[in-house]
Amino acid sequence: MTAVTRAEYCVIACAEAWRGAGEILASPMGLIPSVGARLARLTFAPDLLLTDGEAMLVRPDGTPEGWLPYRRHLTLVTGGRRHVMMGASQIDRYGNQNISCVGDWARPRRQLLGVRGAPVNTLNNPTSYWIPRHSRRVFVEKVDMVCGVGYDRVAEHPGTGRFHRIPRVVSDLGVFDFATPDRSMRLASLHPGVTVEQVRDATGFGLTVPEDLPRTREPSTEELRLIREVLDPKGTREREVPDPASTGGVGRGTGQGAGR
Amino acid sequence: MTDKTMTPDEVVARLESGMTLGIGGWGSRRKPMALMRALLRSGITDLTVVSYGGPDVGMLAAAGRIRKLVAPFATLDSIPLEPHYRAARERGAFELTEVDEAMFMWGLHAAANRLPFLPVRAGIGSDVMRVNPGLRTVRSPYEDGETFVAMPALRMDAAFVHLNRADRLGNGQYLGPDPYFDDLFCEAADRAYVSCERIVDTAELTKEAAPQTLLVGRHTVAGVVEAPNGAHFTSCAPDHRRDEAFQKHYASTPWPEFAERFLSGSEQDYQRAVQAWREEHEESEEHGDRKAHEKKQKKEGA
Repeated sequence: MTAVTRAEYCVIACAEAWRGAGEILASPMGLIPSVGARLARLTFAPDLLLTDGEAMLVRPDGTPEGWLPYRRHLTLVTGGRRHVMMGASQIDRYGNQNISCVGDWARPRRQLLGVRGAPVNTLNNPTSYWIPRHSRRVFVEKVDMVCGVGYDRVAEHPGTGRFHRIPRVVSDLGVFDFATPDRSMRLASLHPGVTVEQVRDATGFGLTVPEDLPRTREPSTEELRLIREVLDPKGTREREVPDPASTGGVGRGTGQGAGR
Repeated sequence: MTDKTMTPDEVVARLESGMTLGIGGWGSRRKPMALMRALLRSGITDLTVVSYGGPDVGMLAAAGRIRKLVAPFATLDSIPLEPHYRAARERGAFELTEVDEAMFMWGLHAAANRLPFLPVRAGIGSDVMRVNPGLRTVRSPYEDGETFVAMPALRMDAAFVHLNRADRLGNGQYLGPDPYFDDLFCEAADRAYVSCERIVDTAELTKEAAPQTLLVGRHTVAGVVEAPNGAHFTSCAPDHRRDEAFQKHYASTPWPEFAERFLSGSEQDYQRAVQAWREEHEESEEHGDRKAHEKKQKKEGA
């Protein structure tokens, strides 16, 4: 079997978000989180619910097992039986996330998607984030529009924030969490082949880095087989996160300043 | 029993500039596009548009018909960013009330139930509160004492939705997997207009389909339009899929050019223009395939 690629470590890091989650909906946004959610469902989290991206709950082979149109999906969110992994155009040290626009909201420099469901997600069900290209453009000191609510903001609303939780942020460089006294972001594990300096260079704010820093775990032989032969046989994951070993060198995400 | 059938242009003739218009569907899914095209043919402008936004919002924005938009997003789904919406926002073309998807839904529920607002656990802590300074919060009167956003009712003067089938009285049926919020749009509007793929006899509606497919009740509908392919280029499962190739064309063509070719005539003209475009497109695709094939053979031969 060929060497494990960066994209495959990312799949594992995403899948781990749903370990021990029980009988809830895994809502992955983005390709690698989708592969991760289905991998978790096929291995260590067999009770997870998955959707077909439209209105049906489906088994991993596509067999429908339930109905989840948008209106019921939103109730599932507020009922809390869901762990979503969203994208982020910007994210700050407390996990505030932006997918709405860049620049001044009144007349944005770049209009993006809009707040979508980020405000309701973050106050009601665990919300993790997936960032395929770790850079200072994404990991910023301050986001331009808070869509997903971070730990500092929610601390101002303790009653409303009782279901708020950001279990992890996964990027192409590592896994991050908020297990610090002030709930600011911490490097939780580095993907193999990445250095702490690389992560610091690509992050626009100071990160907590523990002394005993683990590596993102290796996939098992069976997990690799499932990823490569069953879940993503065309290898589209390698387009979302190109492998630094096969693209010849310095991993993207290093030395890219805020001005990129 | 009132026969409510009318043409798209008759629907639009009942609207006025400055109205609040709700638009059903979600993103690039089951949008009442034939009615949007009729609206674009009219001079109606200065609209407050309420929508889970897709190309409906993009087209109205491109044509300068929106005074104010109420939406949680605008997207073409397979193309994440709606280009015309984006351009309009970046030039500050209209006022925006940006709310969360759940807040939007509870705003529809409030309007449908004649409530001034409904409490929702969403928005607090986010910049939705900063960009909507008029939003108020409400405290639970029970012992939990939790604070919620009091999402105001999204009441509308008119609403447009597109369904799979309807009868002449306005009973509307969806046959796809998701009702979206089309029933709520109809209930939240003073006058709702339903376009559909096919108008059928009332008895026909439940001949093969389950009763819960009858999403929209005639008591909430002011007009019915038969508009085959009327959601084009958005999806309308199971009648038609999203026309991805045409959507790409819409997203990559300068608006004046697109409007000139596809939106300057009637709905029939539109459908014919799309057909002609498809034939050209397929021809050039085939041509491209043949060229690529020849190139490949040449390379292999070398």
